[in-house]
Amino acid sequence: MTQLQARGLVKSYGPTPALRGITLDIDEGEIVAVTGPSGCGKSTLLHCLAGILRPDAGEVSWRGHRLDTWSEAARSRLRRTDFGVLFQFGQLVPELTAAENVALPLLLAGTGRRAARTAALTWLERLSVAECADVRPGEMSGGQQQRCATARALVTEPRVLFADEPTGALDTLAGEQVLTQLVRLAREHRTSVVLVTHEPRIAAYADREVVLRDGVIDHTGLGLDAPLAGGSR
Amino acid sequence: MSTPHLLLGLLATGTMHGYELKRAHDTRLPQARPLAFGQVYATLGRLLRDGLVASTGPERLAGPDRTAYTLTEQGRATLDQWLSSVEPPMPYVNSPLFAKVVVALLVADVDRARAYLVAQRRAHTERLRELTALKTAPSVTVDDIVAADYAIAHLDADLRWLHTTLDRVADWHREVHP
Ligand SMILES: Nc1ncnc2c1ncn2[C@@H]1O[C@H](COP(=O)(O)OP(=O)(O)OP(=O)(O)O)[C@@H](O)[C@H]1O
Ligand SMILES: [Mg+2]
Repeated sequence: MTQLQARGLVKSYGPTPALRGITLDIDEGEIVAVTGPSGCGKSTLLHCLAGILRPDAGEVSWRGHRLDTWSEAARSRLRRTDFGVLFQFGQLVPELTAAENVALPLLLAGTGRRAARTAALTWLERLSVAECADVRPGEMSGGQQQRCATARALVTEPRVLFADEPTGALDTLAGEQVLTQLVRLAREHRTSVVLVTHEPRIAAYADREVVLRDGVIDHTGLGLDAPLAGGSR
Repeated sequence: MSTPHLLLGLLATGTMHGYELKRAHDTRLPQARPLAFGQVYATLGRLLRDGLVASTGPERLAGPDRTAYTLTEQGRATLDQWLSSVEPPMPYVNSPLFAKVVVALLVADVDRARAYLVAQRRAHTERLRELTALKTAPSVTVDDIVAADYAIAHLDADLRWLHTTLDRVADWHREVHP
């Protein structure tokens, strides 16, 4: 079943075009990698799909409902319930412990304190960072922070997880461990994932790869910077 | 790949029959091409001749399968020597991938070379995805992960090379055909 649908997305920053007509469907439980050279519009697409940015033209539908026309309040409510977001640098709240960070989205969604803490501990455990529960981000390694951020993105059991270079700040092994767990948990819970990355080996975790070039989907799937038939002999 | 040393290594864990050796090989190197029985026995024959292994049990009587093999002291020394020598890190740059692009540029044009690079990149990407799926499967073993990691790292390196070479093809062609 299609969860998320984008039709003809266009987005510019002032005179700079970032998206020039993107059409894309994402199914339930599907893991889609968005790749392409730097500046091609990957992050902008992710932000439009997640309802963080409003496109200049085109539509984003969530289970058949037009998301792009919703108010900011309605969209941010959706990001607390059905959507999870994860960035390159986990962006944990420095003053809170790992367990408090992970419990936060549940508290914002109205879950009681005790239930939120229990769920937070369960998710920290699933991401193998139970030992960090009462530690603040400043005293954790980058890999531990990213696992906590992943736990926080998944604790609400979102239907779609948006991840922008989620392992970009980690070394290969730490990055792989985070990603392996993320993919396993997503498969277990049938969560759809939009995974932005510029690395082939990260994109290989996805079911499907969408390659962008200059704000459009490159249907050759190759992400070439130059056209193939260049005739440049 | 050094099959003789691999077999010596497997025999260092205990005496084995030929078929046990084959099975141990295929388990420890899950993504390697499975070892053929013929190859196991041919290699064991050479190791016997060189005194690196000794055979026990009813030789030749009931067929080679009844024979068990043990590492000799000389075999152990050969294995130790192999283990303590470093592999020369890429002494020659000669991969079939590389050779094919060179030849394509010699005999054809830029588009032909690019078309090959693009097709190869697609094949590499598919294999990368297969191995990654294997790694994230719930029933995966560390043997599988380590083997897949090795292949993934090499495919990833090839992919980077394919990508940058695609951008260099035009310049390269001008150099080959001034
Ligand atoms: N806040 C902004 N203000 C102005 N221009 C922006 C802004 N964000 C992005 N852009 C421009 O929009 C285009 C697409 O940017 P985007 O961040 O989506 O690319 P990206 O594919 O995520 O790149 P990277 O791989 O480097 O993260 C680029 O030309 C970029 O310079
Ligand atoms: Mg980006």
